[in-house]
Amino acid sequence: MSAETQTLFSPGLAARFDRMVTLYPQRRSALVPMLLYAQDEMGALNDAVIAEVASRVGISELEVRNVISYYSMLHTKPRGKYHVQVCTNISCMLRGGNELFARCKEKLKIENRETTPDGLFSLEEVECIGACSWAPAVQVNYDFHENLTPESLDALLDQYRTQNGLADRGGR
Amino acid sequence: MADVTFTVDGKKLTAPAGTLLIEACRAAGIAIPQFCYYPGLALQAACRMCLVRQEKVGKLQTACTTQVAEGQVFTTESPEIAQARKATVELVLGNHPLDCPVCDAGGECELQDMTFKYGAGVSLYTEAKQHREEQQWSPVVFFDRPRCILCYRCVRVCNEGMDVAALGVQSRGVTSVIAPNMGDHLECEECGNCIDICPVGALTSGTYRYKTRPWEMNHVSTICTHCADGCKTTLGVRSANYGAEIIRGDNRDRSGINGDFLCIKGRYAFDFANRPDRLTKPLLRDKDGQLKEATWEQALDRTAGRLRELRESRGGGAIGVIGSNRTTNEENYLLQKFARTVLGTNNIDHHRTADYAAFVRALGERGRGRSASLRETASAPAVLLLGNDPTQEHPLAAWNLRTDVRLNQARLYVVNHTPIKLERQATATLRIPQDGYGNAIRFLAGDDTALPADDAGRGFRDALRAEPSLLILFGSEYRGAGVARVIEFGLGLADARFACLGDYVNSRGAADMGLLPDLLPGYLPVSKPGGLVEEYGGALPQTPGMDLIQIFDAAARGDLAALYVVGSNPVLRYGIAPETLKNTFIVVQEMFLTETAQLADVVLPAANLYEKSGTVTNTFGDQQLVNKAGDLAGTRSDFEMIVRIATKMGADAKKLVPYGRGVRADMGQSRGAQSGEADRHAVWLAANNLEPKLSPLDPFAVLDEIERLVPGYEPQAGGRAELMAGNDIHLEPPSAPAASSADAGPARRDLVLPAADTLFTSGTLGRYSEKLNSVLEAYTTAARTTGRDGLSPVAAGESAGERDRRA
Amino acid sequence: MAYLVSHPDEVKVVSSRFGKGAASIETYLALDGYSSARKAIELGSDGIIAEMKASNLRGRGGAGFPTGLKWSFVPKQSAKPKYVLLNGDESEPGTCKDRLIFEHDPHSAIEGVIIAGLAIGARMGFIYLRGEYRYLLTIMERAIDEAYAHGFLGKNIFGSGIDFDIRSHTGAGAYEVGEESALMESLEGKRGIPRIRPPFPAVVGLYGGPTVINNAETLATVPHVFRIGAAEYAKIGTERNGGTRLFCLSGNVERPGVYELPMGYNLKKMIYEVGGGIAGGRALKAVVPGGASTPVLLPEEIDIGMDFDQVGKAGSMLGSGGVVVLDDRVCIVEFALRTMRFYQHESCGWCIPCREGTDWLKKTLTRFHAGGGVAKDIDNMRYLAENIMGRTLCPLGDAAAMPTIGFLKKFRKEFEDHLDGKPCAYAEQGDAALAPA
Ligand SMILES: Cc1cc2nc3c(=O)[nH]c(=O)nc-3n(C[C@H](O)[C@H](O)[C@H](O)COP(=O)(O)O)c2cc1C
Ligand code: SF4
Ligand code: FES
Repeated sequence: MSAETQTLFSPGLAARFDRMVTLYPQRRSALVPMLLYAQDEMGALNDAVIAEVASRVGISELEVRNVISYYSMLHTKPRGKYHVQVCTNISCMLRGGNELFARCKEKLKIENRETTPDGLFSLEEVECIGACSWAPAVQVNYDFHENLTPESLDALLDQYRTQNGLADRGGR
Repeated sequence: MADVTFTVDGKKLTAPAGTLLIEACRAAGIAIPQFCYYPGLALQAACRMCLVRQEKVGKLQTACTTQVAEGQVFTTESPEIAQARKATVELVLGNHPLDCPVCDAGGECELQDMTFKYGAGVSLYTEAKQHREEQQWSPVVFFDRPRCILCYRCVRVCNEGMDVAALGVQSRGVTSVIAPNMGDHLECEECGNCIDICPVGALTSGTYRYKTRPWEMNHVSTICTHCADGCKTTLGVRSANYGAEIIRGDNRDRSGINGDFLCIKGRYAFDFANRPDRLTKPLLRDKDGQLKEATWEQALDRTAGRLRELRESRGGGAIGVIGSNRTTNEENYLLQKFARTVLGTNNIDHHRTADYAAFVRALGERGRGRSASLRETASAPAVLLLGNDPTQEHPLAAWNLRTDVRLNQARLYVVNHTPIKLERQATATLRIPQDGYGNAIRFLAGDDTALPADDAGRGFRDALRAEPSLLILFGSEYRGAGVARVIEFGLGLADARFACLGDYVNSRGAADMGLLPDLLPGYLPVSKPGGLVEEYGGALPQTPGMDLIQIFDAAARGDLAALYVVGSNPVLRYGIAPETLKNTFIVVQEMFLTETAQLADVVLPAANLYEKSGTVTNTFGDQQLVNKAGDLAGTRSDFEMIVRIATKMGADAKKLVPYGRGVRADMGQSRGAQSGEADRHAVWLAANNLEPKLSPLDPFAVLDEIERLVPGYEPQAGGRAELMAGNDIHLEPPSAPAASSADAGPARRDLVLPAADTLFTSGTLGRYSEKLNSVLEAYTTAARTTGRDGLSPVAAGESAGERDRRA
Repeated sequence: MAYLVSHPDEVKVVSSRFGKGAASIETYLALDGYSSARKAIELGSDGIIAEMKASNLRGRGGAGFPTGLKWSFVPKQSAKPKYVLLNGDESEPGTCKDRLIFEHDPHSAIEGVIIAGLAIGARMGFIYLRGEYRYLLTIMERAIDEAYAHGFLGKNIFGSGIDFDIRSHTGAGAYEVGEESALMESLEGKRGIPRIRPPFPAVVGLYGGPTVINNAETLATVPHVFRIGAAEYAKIGTERNGGTRLFCLSGNVERPGVYELPMGYNLKKMIYEVGGGIAGGRALKAVVPGGASTPVLLPEEIDIGMDFDQVGKAGSMLGSGGVVVLDDRVCIVEFALRTMRFYQHESCGWCIPCREGTDWLKKTLTRFHAGGGVAKDIDNMRYLAENIMGRTLCPLGDAAAMPTIGFLKKFRKEFEDHLDGKPCAYAEQGDAALAPA
């Protein structure tokens, strides 16, 4: 049973949160991971999620918002089922990152930070994701796809669209 | 900390080790520019304006974080440093709007000053500036984002200073922005400290914005008319066709008893003074029973004539006088003198909000020198707070206590029957039953049976009693014998000091000045007036008069011939039925047609505290100077009205107000909106042995008499100069005369009626402040989503002032 | 997938277990795992620190601070608990080495944290991974669980009577939290704003306690130092630069990848032999030798040994080990712009010079690259960058300014060629590309 009498989260996640706050010398330390996991499950950090997280770590909602808005991976509005993150930072740029990004826009018919009308894909140009030696790279949700060409990217997006997802690794 | 010696710009300086360089320099007269640094708040090192060169250190260092140590050598001005500062200003100006001509902060802007000083006269920036619409965050707070330079002062003053934590920083990088707690608006204590602390015009005030330019106002420092802490507030006044209009309240100079602090009332709730429904003409009740406008001459004649008649026909004992908590000491003193010597009655009282008489008596000889000034709440190593909720009722004291805990690691012990916000700062809290205040003292004094004591309770007591020195603040929960018990308990501790918490700006002054039926000024029993008899030149009634309740009881019996009310609304406050007063001749000196004024036969339009000069005494016994700022044609000060009525009744003005006794006089003095100037002039006059008091309407003539005659108000060395300079002087309550309870007449009734004001109310006066009303309304209509104990979200543990540790 | 590469010049120390399934504790143990922690327990605090100093291991996070020395700054006595914090935020563009450690050898990082904890007397360590590394977090969590199950973590580790806990932790997307003090703030659940120093983390760090913060590669190297011996380890590198380093070769090289080479390995050789030369046989235009924040080197400047001192002498920095190779088709203005976009995006925004300066530079470079540049922009940009340098609260400001100054200084002509609305003559230009100024 979760310490919160009413929780928005699945029993598994709620139990995990109950434990997380005890793992650190101070409860608040669990905040950033908790937000990320909550977002994974809920799709976005809406007001209700913020309120629950705030009470779980014992800080004000304002403070939670201050933190959320600092981290680029945290967001308060839902994104697509597949969040396509194209790295265009230097190493990827040198190997076609910009082209991949342009291809995504074209193929998904959305701009940076937009979501397709069917809610399946959203697109974001991101900073270096740690795939420099295997550039250019794209991350879909948490999955890395490296050494891409515009063609292999097409195939990848198609695969996501038709199979409605590859096996996700470790959360969304 | 031991002193260390170091060199700044070739000068040898000495300061305690660990002092921040910026402070050490300031003390030595070397100004180092700063945006983010603010004394007493957490260090930020964000603006980089304070960069200085330290010998043998590679990079420029921030003076705001560098702690001085022996032998260091610094340069604070050099071409290299000037260039660094210039570049920083240039960078800020890159996206800062240059709307100085219309910006509220224009002329008072730290960024303007820095730009002027470091001369970033040419902009290198050619990109379009990012414009954003101004946002209104609350009735009093507006935010203009592009003007914000992100110094984080507002965030800190709200988090650390106020413990409200309604402001945060969101996003990051160049999109970083100050954000209010409710997304698009604020829910907070509306103190406006964030506005004053803003170095630029990013946060502006709902009352002042776009109204005028700072240099078009006169700035008069005076004392806030609201609560009993008595903050100094600087009023910005501008001439208007009816006199002088107050358009701003602030404490930018940070002088005075309140330093950096003002609450919503001190900052904004001066607006009652400008209300269109202020009374500006005397009103007389005509034959049909209607109040009709009259001339001053008519009104004063009618008042004096009727009072004289009734005194003669029914005696002073049939006349009652009710004084005010918001008039000056001089007016209060004059009122009781008028009542006792001209009306011939001891039937004088006021709305009592604390039992000061009991406090003074309980302190007595043993407690001599033990009364604490308000300033001690910011420095005492340990504080016991009995009852009261200072956050609501004593905002400055609450601010000081928080500061004391934050900066001095003071220990705060709270005893209360209900949770109060200051418990967040408390070392320990003792929760007691609502009627358990007396028992709480017995318990603290060692009686285990007084409270159902558990280990926590005993731990509280042990920790408290182990304190080597303790400041005891008690609220109006304690009266009469209860007060005596508190003092008795405290005097049994190692080293205790005391303060009694009452409610209005001059509640203490009203009691000190003898607006009491049984006590003369200085708490002298009426039965033993001592030298006062000779001074006042004639017989004084020597039996205690009727208290406030008895006065109305007498009226109900038809035994009250006349009632003279100054700046008070007893009809509402005490729920007096209008019929009670139908056979009483009533004179009311008021600003508004209050419930009491509506019943009057004569209503005299009064000036308020912002429109007169004199002194007030806060609940701690700190006396401060009040200066005339606003002016409303048609009104008179209560002082003037009393003098004129008294003289029209045949009293000798010279006896009432000892004016014009000097041999040499200065004729050049004036008292206008610049009375601050005039009062400095008064110091000069006194120093040159000139007599400035040429008029019976000069309150300072009465101040002279107060200092001469009232126990506790004896002149202190340099006291008058301090007062005139706008500083507070602490007065020790008198110990000798009233000490013996045998002399105090019959057992005094408990007539204490706490005002029960909150941050956003201020008795009857508060009802006439648009600003307070709009805030109250915002809070009653807004859905409450936060706040367990009132207005602010609870910030847990380390979060309030989370950056404290940087300090 | 992040595949492994190899080259005969490699000296596999940190990467010795890569590709061998060492993420499983059984395999790790079979490959000598956790023997170093046992040795360290025997050596005790002073012994460990002495050994670390002898190894000449310098921090792999970027600044190259000697690790043994850093540990020795932690006070022996402390009223507050001490901590070890492994910095796995790996976000410096061009850097992707810690990722391989987490994927292939997570136990070496755990063991490194344990040894650091033993050295300073900490009872708790944290392994902080950037948020994007979710699959690695899963691997790391499993490894930590295994270590607990084997009694290597928790109470009485290795039967030594010492207790030691490790928590894994994830970030959520912010380069700045790789900076050590911002990292602590982030771990404490706050915005990643750097702390004012002094006090330094070794004295006042996490939760106010003394804290050692090291890069993941640094800590993963520690068990190897004890495995092969400090003296042996030191011998691999150059003077004052012990051991090997994971170099992340990326950009326009034939065989990009992460190679473990001895400290001091020649940069030119790294590009042309290890990396197989410039991709497609093109000409080399420039090299960013240590991640995006290090000043660019010209082809004639790359005949240097890759250690902290030699690269420093060449006017750049060894940084985080990200060697980014630019061929002759690259437009330096565009490259500078992309670099600045990164810093502008990642500036925490706390201090004025960095916050405003990166934005100003980004905007100017954007306009400039789009053909809107005017002559004075070039000097203005230089002026701005120079006025950010050394004036900021944390080194991010410098990290943004240094490469910018480098580009403007070494490729001024290329900037000038962009003036007056001229289209970019460099990007995608092929063989006709102009030689650098
Ligand atoms: C802006 C900035 C970002 C940094 N990012 C990282 C990082 O992602 N990983 C890392 O190990 N060190 C990073 N560092 C360096 C750390 O501050 C710190 O020096 C390092 O973790 C110390 O470890 P080491 O001594 O093992 O090198 C960064 C520094 C700065 C100024
Ligand atoms: S240099 Fe300043 S603004 Fe930039 S990341 Fe560091 S502290 Fe933040
Ligand atoms: S005053 Fe020192 S950095 Fe702002």
